[in-house]
Amino acid sequence: MSIWIIAEQKEKKLKKVSLELLGLGKKLKQKKGSELCAVLPGFEIEGLAAQLGHYGADKVFVLDDEILKTYSTEGYSKAIADLVKEHSPEILLGGATAQGKDLVPRVAAKLDTGLASDCVDVDLNSDGKPVCTRPMYAGKVRVQVTIPNSLPQMACLRPNVFPVSPPDESKSAEIIKVKPNVSESDIRAKIKEIVKGAGEKVDLTEAETIVSGGRAMKGPDDFKILEELAKVLGEKTAVGASRAVVDAGHAPHDMQVGQTGKVVNPNLYIACGISGAIQHLAGMITSKCIVAINKDPDAPIFQRADYGIVGDLFKVVPILTEAIKKLKAQE
Amino acid sequence: MNIVVCLKQVPDTETKIQLKQDGSGIVEEGIKYVVNPYDEYAVEEGIKLKEKFGGEVTIVCLGPDRATEAIRTALAMGADKAIHLNDPLFAGSDSYATAWILAKALARLSYDIILTGKQAVDWDNSQVFSYLAEFLNLPQVSVVVGLEISPDSKSANAKRETEGGEKEMIELPLPALIACQKDLNTPRFPSLPGIMKAKKKEIKNMGLADLGLSEDQVGIKGSKVKISNYTLPPERKAGKIIEGEEPQEICEKLVKLLREEAKII
Repeated sequence: MSIWIIAEQKEKKLKKVSLELLGLGKKLKQKKGSELCAVLPGFEIEGLAAQLGHYGADKVFVLDDEILKTYSTEGYSKAIADLVKEHSPEILLGGATAQGKDLVPRVAAKLDTGLASDCVDVDLNSDGKPVCTRPMYAGKVRVQVTIPNSLPQMACLRPNVFPVSPPDESKSAEIIKVKPNVSESDIRAKIKEIVKGAGEKVDLTEAETIVSGGRAMKGPDDFKILEELAKVLGEKTAVGASRAVVDAGHAPHDMQVGQTGKVVNPNLYIACGISGAIQHLAGMITSKCIVAINKDPDAPIFQRADYGIVGDLFKVVPILTEAIKKLKAQE
Repeated sequence: MNIVVCLKQVPDTETKIQLKQDGSGIVEEGIKYVVNPYDEYAVEEGIKLKEKFGGEVTIVCLGPDRATEAIRTALAMGADKAIHLNDPLFAGSDSYATAWILAKALARLSYDIILTGKQAVDWDNSQVFSYLAEFLNLPQVSVVVGLEISPDSKSANAKRETEGGEKEMIELPLPALIACQKDLNTPRFPSLPGIMKAKKKEIKNMGLADLGLSEDQVGIKGSKVKISNYTLPPERKAGKIIEGEEPQEICEKLVKLLREEAKII
């Protein structure tokens, strides 16, 4: 009986969620006393396996093949499901990243088992089975999910929620290279090209700080002052938007925070000119600290924010940017 | 082209969710139900394909009686007919059981493309399309923000949104399953003549027996995951409004609080 995690790498770098998965895996392993294994799909990525060992993997199955060079739902899911069938782990964990949300359900389907999506907590019950806590209705409700009658018991973890434990370089994993049994004909949907986003932005779901603009933004140019503020807050800062602004065409949809956009979980969320509609709050309410800047003292966002400033964001934000710049310059 | 759109009816995103006292589920009374927002993009895309290539758009919807309203909305937008998978035994189906039921219904249809939303905004699983694609042995593309069908309608190019503004351009043969994301199109509003016509369009009801399924394949019995202990997240309390004479003073106070009290910058 073992616990497996699906490691995700991009351009031969491990995604942070892979380390978060190992962090949880280690915790579960301590309770169950079982083995912790990672499966790492890709091409020429064997070098990453040792790192997974430092973070807690006892074994790393490296699915290294040119056919897995670019991601494909069918290629990756077949390679992983074949390997899992051979070893029958009890628990299989993946990341609820853009790739994970596409891949892991298809793996679950191939394994004829259930999957708890987008979990924010995973523990074990008295039978040693995982009990997953996950939000539904974009976070308006939390539920517990178990998979009582099928194996492996699968869960996807929401990125940025589970802690990464410090690496131990003295610890090494047994590395097992496996040739996936995937042929060209197995992959019907093929990636032909990857179009990069403008300037390699930090994704909202992985950002540690988010500066978000609401209805007060009257055009794309209005976002410039938010971008200036984001810049002084550090490189893991992203700029978001409310649905009203996206629907008005002032920001692209991948910037939208809320129930029909992204559900985010940063350390700091600065809501600028956002009133705080239910569907927006659902998407950002788990932020560790919320700052609201709004002209309207009655805006519902102030009922949820840790700190509020009543004022015109176009006046306040540039001054705030300077104040933070000054603070950082003193260091 | 034979186009199938899988649709779900969900609570409106402005709904304040309340729980049953025993934590076994949400209170359904008083909820305004709508077509799942992501499924609206699927319906629109289906109608656009029909306008370009001809053929028919069939809505397939699993849900109780109330879901008829969502089906009528899609028919009023321009879909041609619908199958309503409606059986009390289907209640409580998870993504796995839902996909089984849908797969059984779809096996009776001929289709070139199956469109659906990238997730339903109630349970937020983003799983049904993957199970369904696997059960029907189809290629899938999820989070699709652009779709081009070849003139012979045998293949497609889909644009998939990933992270940080990145897009994957994916080529695939049809039939296939496409899970739609906002940005793919702008769903039309049902027109008045559309609403009138929709009243006459066929909605075929199908239940357990019609699909050749057994009781233990559907509902809670047929589900792989068990959901329990519904709770509301802890309410956030309102914090401090930072007062001051000048924005300068207020902002400096905020920065100090973020540094020293919240320890966050």
